Amino acid sequence: MSIAEPLTQPKEREVAAQPRINDFVIHVATVNGSGSQSANTALLRAIMQMGIPVSGKNLFPSNIQGLPTWFTIRVNKDGYLARKDHVDVLVAMNPETAHSDVMKVTSGAVVVYDQPLKLDSLRDDLTFYAVPFNDLVKPVVDLPKLRKLVRNIIYDGVLAWLLGIEMESLEEAIRKQFKRKPKAAELNIKAARVGYEYAKDNLPPQKKFRLERMNKTANKILIDGNGAAALGCMFAGVQVITWYPITPSSSLAEQLSDYMTRYRMDPESGKATFAILQAEDELAAIGMVLGAGWAGARAMTATSGPGISLMAEFAGLAYYAEVPGVIFDVQRVGPSTGMPTRSMQGDTLFVALLSHGDTQHIMLFPNSPEEIFDMSIEAFDLAEHLQTLIFVMSDLDLGMNMWMANPFQYPQKPMNRGKVLSAEDLEKIQEWGRYKDIDGDGIPYRTLPGTHHPKAPYFTRGSGHTEYARYTEDPVEFTKVLARIKKKYDKARDILPAPAIDRKPNAKIAFISYGTSHWPVEESRDVLRSEYGIETSYLRIRAYPFSKQVQEFIDAHDRVYVVEQNRDAQMLKLMRMEFTPEQIAKLRSIHSYDGLPMSSEFLVNHFLEQENA
Amino acid sequence: MEKTSNATQAKARPQKVNRLGLDLNFYKGEKTTLCAGCGHNAISERLVQAFYEMGVDPYQVIKLSGIGCSSKSPAYFLGYSHGFNAVHGRMPSIATGALIANRSLLGVGVSGDGDTASIGIGQFVHLMRRNLPMIYIIEDNGVYGLTKGQFSATADVGSKLKTGLVNEFPAIDTCAMAIELGATFVARSFSGDRKQMSAILKAAIAHRGLAMIDVISPCVTFNDHEGSTKSYAYVKEHDEYLDEVSFVPYFENITVDYEPGSTVDVELHDGSHLLLSKLPEDYSPFDRKKAVQRLMAAHEKGEVLTGIFYVNPEAKTLFDIMHLHDTPLVQLPEEKLRPSKEVLDEIMEDLK
Repeated sequence: MSIAEPLTQPKEREVAAQPRINDFVIHVATVNGSGSQSANTALLRAIMQMGIPVSGKNLFPSNIQGLPTWFTIRVNKDGYLARKDHVDVLVAMNPETAHSDVMKVTSGAVVVYDQPLKLDSLRDDLTFYAVPFNDLVKPVVDLPKLRKLVRNIIYDGVLAWLLGIEMESLEEAIRKQFKRKPKAAELNIKAARVGYEYAKDNLPPQKKFRLERMNKTANKILIDGNGAAALGCMFAGVQVITWYPITPSSSLAEQLSDYMTRYRMDPESGKATFAILQAEDELAAIGMVLGAGWAGARAMTATSGPGISLMAEFAGLAYYAEVPGVIFDVQRVGPSTGMPTRSMQGDTLFVALLSHGDTQHIMLFPNSPEEIFDMSIEAFDLAEHLQTLIFVMSDLDLGMNMWMANPFQYPQKPMNRGKVLSAEDLEKIQEWGRYKDIDGDGIPYRTLPGTHHPKAPYFTRGSGHTEYARYTEDPVEFTKVLARIKKKYDKARDILPAPAIDRKPNAKIAFISYGTSHWPVEESRDVLRSEYGIETSYLRIRAYPFSKQVQEFIDAHDRVYVVEQNRDAQMLKLMRMEFTPEQIAKLRSIHSYDGLPMSSEFLVNHFLEQENA
Repeated sequence: MEKTSNATQAKARPQKVNRLGLDLNFYKGEKTTLCAGCGHNAISERLVQAFYEMGVDPYQVIKLSGIGCSSKSPAYFLGYSHGFNAVHGRMPSIATGALIANRSLLGVGVSGDGDTASIGIGQFVHLMRRNLPMIYIIEDNGVYGLTKGQFSATADVGSKLKTGLVNEFPAIDTCAMAIELGATFVARSFSGDRKQMSAILKAAIAHRGLAMIDVISPCVTFNDHEGSTKSYAYVKEHDEYLDEVSFVPYFENITVDYEPGSTVDVELHDGSHLLLSKLPEDYSPFDRKKAVQRLMAAHEKGEVLTGIFYVNPEAKTLFDIMHLHDTPLVQLPEEKLRPSKEVLDEIMEDLK
C-alpha cells in the first residue's frame, strides 16, 4: 500500500463558486537562499496580525543556496494548524519547479508567477497573475545583490492586494522581521509597496480567496519550537549547554546562546552565569552534559537522530550511574542521514531503550511551542529529581516551523534540585550509600564533588557497583542496584506529565497520538464528527514510560487508533511491550513517514479505510 | 560509606602533616588490583605524594578516567576525592563538563595510551586545544592490558607481541601532538622515576591551564619482553633525560643521581641498561618549536625523551574564553539563574 497517496480524492477540493474567506492554503515556491524566508515570515505575521489564525511550514532542501524550497501557509478561521495536502494560492518564483508546482495545484487555484516563466498556458482551470518581478525591483534598489534579496518581498505586496492583506499589517510585520535593521526594513517595505501598487493597477481583482480581519489571534506570539525550547531552558536556569551542529536542532542551541548572552550575564560582574560549548561531536556533547550534571549543574544538549545514535553509550552510563541531564531530540527523517530537512517521529523506539544492556529512558513529547517551553523547564526538574536523562522529543515540524502560540507562562514552582546531601546533612546521618533506596521511591541520595565532608566522596562508574558505589561483580549486589533503578523508573510514571485526555461519553473509537501528530488528530476528529457523524475520544501521550491512564483509556474503548509519524508504528510497539493482550488487540496504527507533517486528509482517509475494512 | 582505614590508622602515631594539617594517609586510596609491579601503581604513589606535599584539599579534587588498566587507578589514590570512571576514550568530555560546572575543582584525569591515542584521540585533541585547567596523565605502555595484550597507537614500529605479531604502524607521540594542539604544559616521565615524576606533578598542580603528562609505564604482563619498546628493559636503555631521574623497577629500588646536561647508564637487575640523558639546566620550556624539534631528534636516535618540554603559563584558559563567572556555576543561587518575569514578558511582547 502506498502510504503517501490519499486513498480517495479528498472532498471539498473543488473550489466553490463562493469566495473562501480565511480558509485556504498559500504555497510559495522559491529558490533556497534567495531571501524568501523573510518574505514568508512577514506574510505569516501580517495575516496573524489581522486576527486570522495561521500556520506556516517550511519545506526546505538540505542545501545552503540554490535548491528549491517551498513555504506553505495555511489560513484557517477555525484555528486548525495541521498541514494541508492541497494548494489554493501558488506563488511560483522558482523556474526549476514552476512547471510541476503548477501541475500539482488544486483545480480553480490562483497562481501568481514570475512573468518570464510564462506559466499561463499550462492549465486552463487556474487563474494566472503574471508579475514582472525583475522590472519591479529595479527602481527599488540599485545594487544587484540587494535586488535579489528584496525581490521576493514584492510578492508579499502582490498577495496583499490580491488576497486582501492590510498593507499596514504587512508593513508592521516587515518592521518586526527586520527590527534590528531599520534600513533593511524600509527597503523591504518599499519593495512590498511596489508589488502592491503594481497589482492594484495591473491585475484583475481576485475574489475566490479573501482574507478578512478577525479577532482570533489577540495576544498571540509567533515562534518556532526550537526558540520556545531555548526560552524554556533559559528560564529553567540551565547552566551548561553543549551541542554539535546538526539540522534541525542547531537553531535551538543558537537561539539559546543569543538569549543567554542577552539575559543571563551577571549584571554585577558582567560575567556569564552559564557555559555554552560547541563540542567536537555528539559523543563529547553528551559527555560534557554528564560531567556537568554529576558536578551539580543543570546541563543539556540538543541534537537529532544521528547524534542520538552517537550518544547511545553515554546514555547507558547516565542511566546506570544515575547522572541527570536533558537531551533535546529534534527528530528528522531517518534511517541513516535520511532526509535531514524533513520531519519524523522516528526515534521514539530507539530513545526509549537507548544503549546496550537493560536501559530505559524517560521521554517527554511536546506538541506546541507552549508545551515545549513548559516541558523544557520540567525536564530539568525531573532530571535532577530522578537523577537520569530526560529526553525532550521534538521534531523538525515543531522545532523549525513558525507556530502561532499563546504567550508563555512564567514558571510557578521553584526549581527542584533533587536529593543532594550537603556537608551539614552528612554530619547528621550515620552513613549513606550513593545507590541506596532510603525513601522507598527508588531515588537515592547523591553528593556533589567539592562537598567538604569525609562521607561525601564516592566513585561514579559504569561498571558493576554496590549500593555504596563500590565496584562489584557480586550477583546479589549487582542485581539489587539494577532492580532499584527499575523501581525508580516505574514510579516515575506517576510524576511525569500526565496524558491530555478528551473522553467522549459514548465514543467507542478513540485516538492516541503524541507530539506534532496531535494537529491532524485534532482536526480529523472534528471532520469525523461533522462530516461522518463519528464521535471519538482522544488521549495525547505527553510522557514515556506510560501513565496507567493510557491503559485505562484503552480499556474504555473498542478500537484505538495510534497516530504517529514513522514507518514502524513505534509508539504502538512500546505499548505492546507492556500492555495486556486484550489492550493490544484493540490497537490499530495510522502512520505516515514521507517526511511531511501529517495532514488531516491523510488521517481521515486511513481511518475510514480501516474502519470500512 | 565504606572507606579505606588509612585515616583511622593514621591517628595511632604522630604524623607529619602538610599545610592543611593532613597527613599522607589522607591522600591514599584503596588497595590496588593491578598486577604486582605495574608501573601504574608507582604513578598512583607519586600522585598521593605530590598532592600531599602541595597541600591540596582532597575534597576539591575530582579524579576522572576512561576505560582500561590505567583508568582503574583513580581508585588507588585520593580516597577522599570524588571520582568518575567514564566510558572508553571519553573522559575529557566528562572532565570538561564537570570543571565548567564547578571551576573551583581541581581535575586529575588518568588515561591510558589506548584510551587516549586510539579510541579517545578525538576528545584528547579538543581537550588540549581548549586549555581546560586540569591535569591529564597518560599511563602509557603501548599495549591493551585489560583485553590481554593488543597493540595500542603508541606502540613503536617494530615492537613485538608475545604472539610474535610485529607492529608495522608508526607510534603517535602524544607529547609532540599536544604541543602542536596548543596544550600549555606538556611533559613526559617514566613511572619508575620518583624524583622526576614528583617534580613534574607538583609543577602540573601549580599550572594554570591544562597540564598533559605522558608517563611511560611498562606493562609487566603483556609488554615486558625483549621485542617490546615499552618494556622495562627497552626503556631502561633508551630513556633520554631532561632533568633528573631515578629508576625504580617493581621488585627492587635503583636510584640514580647525576648532573644536569649529563648522561648516565644504569645497569639493572636483569642486565639491561637505562641510558639517561639529562637536559641542561638552561633548557627553556617556553619555545614550542624547539620542544617539538627535541622530541623529533630523540625519536631519530631511538630514545625516549623525558622532562617538561613546554610550558605556557600565560595562555587563556577555557574559563577565560567563556567569560565564566568567578563563582562556580553550581554555587550560583536560583535568582542568578532564572531571569525575572519581566524578562519573559519583554520577550513575549517582542514575539507578537
